[in-house]
Amino acid sequence: MESPSPNPPPKVSAASASSKPNDGESMFADVPLVPEAPVYAVMAAFKNDPHPSKLNLGIGVYRTEDGKPFVLNVVRRAEKLLIDQQSAVKEYLPITGISEFNKLSAELLFGANSPAIKESRVTTVQCLSGCGSLRVGAEFLAIHYHQQKTVYIPEPTYSNHPNFFSSVGQVVKTYRYYDPATRGLDFQGLLEDLSSVPSGGIVLLQACGHNPTGVDPTIEQWDQIRQLIRSKGLLPFFDSAYQGLVSGDLEEDAQPLRLFVADGGECLVALSYSKNMGLYGERVGALSIVCKTAEVASKVESQLKLVIRPMYSNPPIHGASIVAVILKDSDMYNEWRMDLKAMTDRLINMRRLLVDALHERGTPGDWSHIIRQVGMYSLSGLSSDQVAFLTREYHIYMSSDGRINMAGLGSKTVPYLADAIHAAVIRGV
Amino acid sequence: MAANFTKRTISSSARSINGWFDHVKPAPKDPIVGVSEAFLADPSPNKINLGVGAYRDEEGKPVVLQCVRDAEANIAGCEFIESSSASVSSKFVEESLKLVYGKDSNVIAEGRFAGVQALSGTGACRLFAEFQKHFYPKSQIYLPDPTWSNHYNIWREACVPQRTFHYYHPDSKGLNFAALIDDVKNAPVGSFFLLHPCAHNPTGVDPTEEQWREISFFLKVKNHFPFFDVAYQGFASGDLEVDAKAIQIFLEDGHLIGCAQSFAKNMGLYGHRVGCLSVLCSDTKQAVAIKSQLQQIARAMYGSPPVHGVLLVSKILTDQHIKSLWLREVKVMFNRIQNIRTALRASLENLDSPLNWEHITNQVGMFCFSGLTPDQVHQLAREFHIYMTSDGRISLAGVTYDNVSYLANAIHQVTSSAQETLNISWSP
Repeated sequence: MESPSPNPPPKVSAASASSKPNDGESMFADVPLVPEAPVYAVMAAFKNDPHPSKLNLGIGVYRTEDGKPFVLNVVRRAEKLLIDQQSAVKEYLPITGISEFNKLSAELLFGANSPAIKESRVTTVQCLSGCGSLRVGAEFLAIHYHQQKTVYIPEPTYSNHPNFFSSVGQVVKTYRYYDPATRGLDFQGLLEDLSSVPSGGIVLLQACGHNPTGVDPTIEQWDQIRQLIRSKGLLPFFDSAYQGLVSGDLEEDAQPLRLFVADGGECLVALSYSKNMGLYGERVGALSIVCKTAEVASKVESQLKLVIRPMYSNPPIHGASIVAVILKDSDMYNEWRMDLKAMTDRLINMRRLLVDALHERGTPGDWSHIIRQVGMYSLSGLSSDQVAFLTREYHIYMSSDGRINMAGLGSKTVPYLADAIHAAVIRGV
Repeated sequence: MAANFTKRTISSSARSINGWFDHVKPAPKDPIVGVSEAFLADPSPNKINLGVGAYRDEEGKPVVLQCVRDAEANIAGCEFIESSSASVSSKFVEESLKLVYGKDSNVIAEGRFAGVQALSGTGACRLFAEFQKHFYPKSQIYLPDPTWSNHYNIWREACVPQRTFHYYHPDSKGLNFAALIDDVKNAPVGSFFLLHPCAHNPTGVDPTEEQWREISFFLKVKNHFPFFDVAYQGFASGDLEVDAKAIQIFLEDGHLIGCAQSFAKNMGLYGHRVGCLSVLCSDTKQAVAIKSQLQQIARAMYGSPPVHGVLLVSKILTDQHIKSLWLREVKVMFNRIQNIRTALRASLENLDSPLNWEHITNQVGMFCFSGLTPDQVHQLAREFHIYMTSDGRISLAGVTYDNVSYLANAIHQVTSSAQETLNISWSP
């Protein structure tokens, strides 16, 4: 039995039970402020700008012709179905998430007839969007991948990419990717840099719709990249955040990735449904690891559970439920495909309109890269000074690297942007 | 098109390369999740799942609270939010913190808190563990012995060395208070202590108010950092305010605590992963700094948290009508578990079990720390299709009036020293 404490605590008097913090300081008094990531600073500045013609081209989300957030109708249908299901519960998902969602996501990425899937060599686990998938993959590699502790990411890339890997103690290096001179792919530089990666190095690749450049390798170039990676014994880790939003066709956008599965080799893929299903806030994604054998895939999956359990136990139910409903219903799946085609057509149309508008104005320079680039973004080629000018004089916001989100444009606002760019160039900013 | 290209030109095959993951070993099953998996795989019609701490109704079915359905109907048709917008998050955090710090709390009024939405209790603990590691790399976390099994995993993954402090006394089946205080006194200055403010998991043994005051006092003396994991607020007494008493005591004593809150159990939002992490601060400048650090840790883990559950919780906490419905529903869940405690204890005593089963009604919260040994637990699974974690923790939510006799019989069987050959026919 417990004995009473020999030194009962002094009663806390009313006077001392005040609102003031304790006599001691906080243990975290010296914690420094993290400066806001640039993309959020741009968004905040846009929000605070009262100018009626302000334009936000710095976002990473899809917008309609009128600049509004776009909720896909098929997503609304799916959500209504779920809410109406009185029998639906909100229990914990398994650690690896909804198994139907995982199966259908793998099929989306690799094709339902993929030998890797048929041979059960793929393990797919539901994660929190692309970010969560990348982090879980990075942690898994940090524990189980002993070849190399260095990850090679393209220069430039999505700003958060280094963080997933550095947070688990991996070294992050870059390989050449974008050529500012051509505003296209620095293919030679890419091949050279990957050639000098030590055997076993992990290589991060964006599967399609490269963020921030809009520059994707051709399928022929992809195959050369694949051959180089395989011959050097490097491990590819794909980030697929824009499947369906590059060509408008889900299968076509997955071709580069599928080359790396067709050759029988291993790879990791982080998949996000944020953009292509507009499910941003619901955090829906999946990590797939293609393994040599089914036995390995099964063991890998068991180890992924050990990564996930102490991170958040199990993934959120809502968004993945919506995706599963859509993927398994052929009517809804087709509606989604049509939505993707429409969204992509709009992006391509904005590219054309912008380039036409610049030609009309006789803006000096070659702007054809805007049409050559694909997906949601264009690295316009504008300098940071020019970007600052656009913001200052025209209240047009974008990140200082000159990345434009084409989805932020509408046919009514393209002329305004063209005027702004024209002014910046003509005035020699 | 591209498909033809693939067939034509794949020349360098990777087939000769060894798999990179051949050496990966199969991972052991999680002790709690593994129980549910074993239960699901069991075809017996008599099976009972007493593993995971998820509430069940009188028919043993999962429950979606009416307040949640009301909230869901209310928010349906609103525009999807692209990511947890700052205002949605702030509102959620503030309302959540009122539940633990008190609605008139000065720390809230003065903004002296860093609060972020987290992925339920697990996510909140993990964010804090990473934060602790980052700013106090040499610190240790003291975990009560025993504690929720995942606590060990969380701080281990964050690379924070862990120790335990005495908590449960297996002989008395109560609190080992003197040893607990000794451990607090003996821990190096500035250690981090994880505390369950109510409905301790797995033991159901909570300190009394007087004992909490002493714990608070001695933690203060050694300048230890108290971190509360609040997963079962409402389940200890049926009253959320009463269940937050320990935290109130610490606040009165001037501690600047950290707190992980989960809405999984008390709002039945398990799969939505809604929780909150807060760290109390000396001033708002510090609060802003700490919040930015927590957000940075989260950003490298999953970007931003899921929005749907947060909208539900915010609606429930800010709509007077829905909130009072919620408080009533918490009371209903609490009452059912109380009744089951009484029923289970009575059933065992009526079977003339020689053992003392007082602890079933003394303990509080969702669990009964039965005292069953791992062997007895395995026997229950093997022979009776009754599943619980091997530490003998019974999730009472899995017990109903329909199966309580079956359960009592089974426990009696495995704990009986006499080898009786009774014709026991049980129908669950």
